[in-house]
Amino acid sequence: MAKSQTELRPLGKSVGRKEDPRFIRGMGRYIDDIVLPGMLYMSLVRSPYAHARIKHVDPSAALEAPGVKLVITGEDLAAMDLAWMPTMAGDKQMVLATGKVLYQYQEVAAVIAESREQAEDAAQLVDVEYEPLPAVVDPIQSLDPDAPVLREDREKKSNHIFHWEAGDKEATEELFRNAPVVVKQNVRFPRVHPSPLEPCGCVADYQSSTGKLTWYVTSQAPHAHRTVLSMVSGLPEHQIRVISPDVGGGFGNKVPVYPGYVCAIVASLKLGRPVKWIESRTENISSTGFARDYHMTAEIAAEEDGRVLALRVKTIADHGAFDAAADPSKFPAGLFSIVTGSYDFKESFVEVDGAYTNKAPGGIAYRCSFRVTEAAYLIERVMDVLARRVGVDPAELRKRDFIRKEQFPYQSPTGWTYDSGDYEKTLDLALEKIGYEELRKEQAEKRARGELMGIGISTFTEVVGAGPSHTFDIMGIKMFDSAQIRLHPTGKVLARLGVRHQGQGHETTFAQIIAEELGLSTEDVLIEEGDTDTAPYGLGTYASRSTPTAGGAAALCGRRIRDKAKKIASHLLEAGEDDVVWDGVSFSAKGLPDKSVTMKDIAFAAYTNVPEGMEPGLEATYYYDPPNLTFPHGAYIAVVDIDKGTGAVKVRRFLAVDDCGNVINPMIVDGQVHGGLTEGFAIAFMQDIPFDEDGNCLAPNWMDYLVPTALDTPHWETDRTVTPSPHHPIGAKGVGESPNVGSPAAFVNAVVDALAPLGVEHIDMPIFPWKVWEVLREHGVNK
Amino acid sequence: MKIQLRINGRTKESDVEPRKLLAYYLREDLGLTGTHIGCDTTNCGACTVLLDGKAVKSCTVLAVQADGCDVMTVEGLEGEDGLHPLQTAFWEEHGLQCGYCTPGVLMSGYALLQSNPQPSEAEIRSGISGNVCRCTGYVNIVKAIRSASAKLAGAADDTPSESAKEVAASGKKSD
Repeated sequence: MAKSQTELRPLGKSVGRKEDPRFIRGMGRYIDDIVLPGMLYMSLVRSPYAHARIKHVDPSAALEAPGVKLVITGEDLAAMDLAWMPTMAGDKQMVLATGKVLYQYQEVAAVIAESREQAEDAAQLVDVEYEPLPAVVDPIQSLDPDAPVLREDREKKSNHIFHWEAGDKEATEELFRNAPVVVKQNVRFPRVHPSPLEPCGCVADYQSSTGKLTWYVTSQAPHAHRTVLSMVSGLPEHQIRVISPDVGGGFGNKVPVYPGYVCAIVASLKLGRPVKWIESRTENISSTGFARDYHMTAEIAAEEDGRVLALRVKTIADHGAFDAAADPSKFPAGLFSIVTGSYDFKESFVEVDGAYTNKAPGGIAYRCSFRVTEAAYLIERVMDVLARRVGVDPAELRKRDFIRKEQFPYQSPTGWTYDSGDYEKTLDLALEKIGYEELRKEQAEKRARGELMGIGISTFTEVVGAGPSHTFDIMGIKMFDSAQIRLHPTGKVLARLGVRHQGQGHETTFAQIIAEELGLSTEDVLIEEGDTDTAPYGLGTYASRSTPTAGGAAALCGRRIRDKAKKIASHLLEAGEDDVVWDGVSFSAKGLPDKSVTMKDIAFAAYTNVPEGMEPGLEATYYYDPPNLTFPHGAYIAVVDIDKGTGAVKVRRFLAVDDCGNVINPMIVDGQVHGGLTEGFAIAFMQDIPFDEDGNCLAPNWMDYLVPTALDTPHWETDRTVTPSPHHPIGAKGVGESPNVGSPAAFVNAVVDALAPLGVEHIDMPIFPWKVWEVLREHGVNK
Repeated sequence: MKIQLRINGRTKESDVEPRKLLAYYLREDLGLTGTHIGCDTTNCGACTVLLDGKAVKSCTVLAVQADGCDVMTVEGLEGEDGLHPLQTAFWEEHGLQCGYCTPGVLMSGYALLQSNPQPSEAEIRSGISGNVCRCTGYVNIVKAIRSASAKLAGAADDTPSESAKEVAASGKKSD
């Protein structure tokens, strides 16, 4: 239960959230709550075809409909050189289609009218004539040299986007040649969608009187969006104010720039009135950033006793029609090369090939930490394949292969330097807490009776906090983050950060960090994010980077203020600066603890009584370039029972032991874990976005793309070990995405473990009951 | 069409298009933006309000169908003596993160506790199964509704817990 915000030394405590009072009263301010004088409404016309030439677009009937102010077509944008926009992946993407459409639900025209209803009505009247073309939906077929070329706009006449590799190919091959054991497994991570409860939207408000554009938008990275917008539109950056208001969940869906945003801005520029665009759920699922869609093959070379030698991975990545994967620029496959996981592989070689298909763009989203979901799922799944092959218990196999705690900082064969970890301790806690030995005994008894019970383990390593400027940038902008702290004369604090929360509790936890550094209570610290006119420049919130980057900035910024405060304290205490000591709440003269001043006293003095020659006021800014990423880890265990009659899998227990170093607010970390596990559960058992051969999206809404309710969702058990990050200012690592990264493998390993007596070695997600039912029937189970 | 209804205890008269959904009427015509829209197929429950005491998804009711009815939204939960125990419990038990589902979940929770003041965990999960939450994994929502149920049962002897008092006090300060 939440603790009060008034305690001093709040770091590490379950302080109640500052965000909650407005949300529990219905007084949050989300994008669709914003109403501006004269505001118009925009609705998009979308393609019914996955692949078709556009013969013509006729807006005349729509233009005559009641309330309609403007219809924008691809040709209109082409005349402004805005028909295409750059993507974070270094590709380009159509804003409104010209020439042809490349995925179903693609944006073709925008209709702007006085009301929501009028815009939607008129959108029906835009007449578009299409000439259907054959669709390519399978990325493996798309890479066939005979496949139709989808992107006629590119010089390279093929559907191949990129080839990327990491590790030492020759050294890996050498180990494979001589290995006593080699296992190989094909694994598909299906296309899923982050589906935040609040879909994407914006209000663009261009004021011709000042030439300033204020753009309210569902954005996880408002500063980056401002810069991109300036570069694309030619509007000067100081004349663009991006405001990301309360965001109803992001989960990676709100990192990219979408065509609807650009159209709303163009409309506001043309009409000089605010223009609102709010997409529907169907539009959100069918056209905004999807997640995963990796077709992977992994091979492990090992000794007879299961000690791993080398890992070889080949992947085909389905990126849809445009490569809009939201990656750091040097990482077209994200941080997928973390795929050696928690294990001490001698060598590894990893290849990824990206392919265009007639589907919506995306790839990086849904708590993936830049493709770590795919990497962690693959290695954890294949470690179980190895365990079965060499006949070693999967927990024991992992212990044999773990990177030892004394090996940190550990140099991985694909080039990562893991900061810290104690994998055995975390796994041991999980095994003990869930009663692993007992569960295995119970399983043996059940197996003897023909019942299907499975236990699945996942001991993953995450990599979050991008990242050091020498390696990480988004469209050239280094991936630092920032904090700015200002003390008012009465000792109250206004602090702003360059990240943008979407429910992760920054208004509370960053207040805890800053209050801790300044000896205040969280109640004294107001946190603001998301307004690019006021907050310092940052790269935003995604990939669990907030604590590693802005968290570091907040602590170091607090210390910068404390350095000045110490000088003022020395002046107030009439003691030499070297004789002034800080005890966490106040400064005192050495040996005279009764003679002390708090940060409140110092804040007042900063405006009323500074030492001669010192700049008045008490504030600081800190742009933090992290020296490395953070590498949280976890040990997750799932216990499942399978109904042989229906194929239904029941998750009986799920325990997640996470280690994210020092914890800022345990209550909030637990909440993050509960949410992420629920996503992992949904991905493992419920979620998939399939396409038919014509490229029709078969799960574009929540009737067919399933999101779990309280009835579907298992009860989650959580625990933690603490292995601090040695390089982070407060020893904290990111954690928000760990539960989604770590859990799918535990679920699937448990299901395969349950089915193993039948000879089942693998089953691809999502594990729908009908799929298990079919597997059971194939293996002779008829009742 | 002219309609008259009671919203959070106050009478409102409006002229609305027959096709206007109750959710949009509440949000756009009355400015009660706590009620949210999360889907287009009636799955998510972010728009849940009480219509004559029953929890309904206001995206699937026409405003004209609410003519003559009593409607309660999240904005009507807080009383003169402060937050409703359900609201306090969601705060104390961390039953919300982004806050987008929260108004709808609070209204379903409210309706549940009206009809079943002492629900079991299974009954709570069933009672809010028309509400999708993407952040919390439901664990703390279930805890919060249990806690509110206990608070409401204890309200008879009128002894709010220390933590509830603390939260209520800091809530006033943060206004």
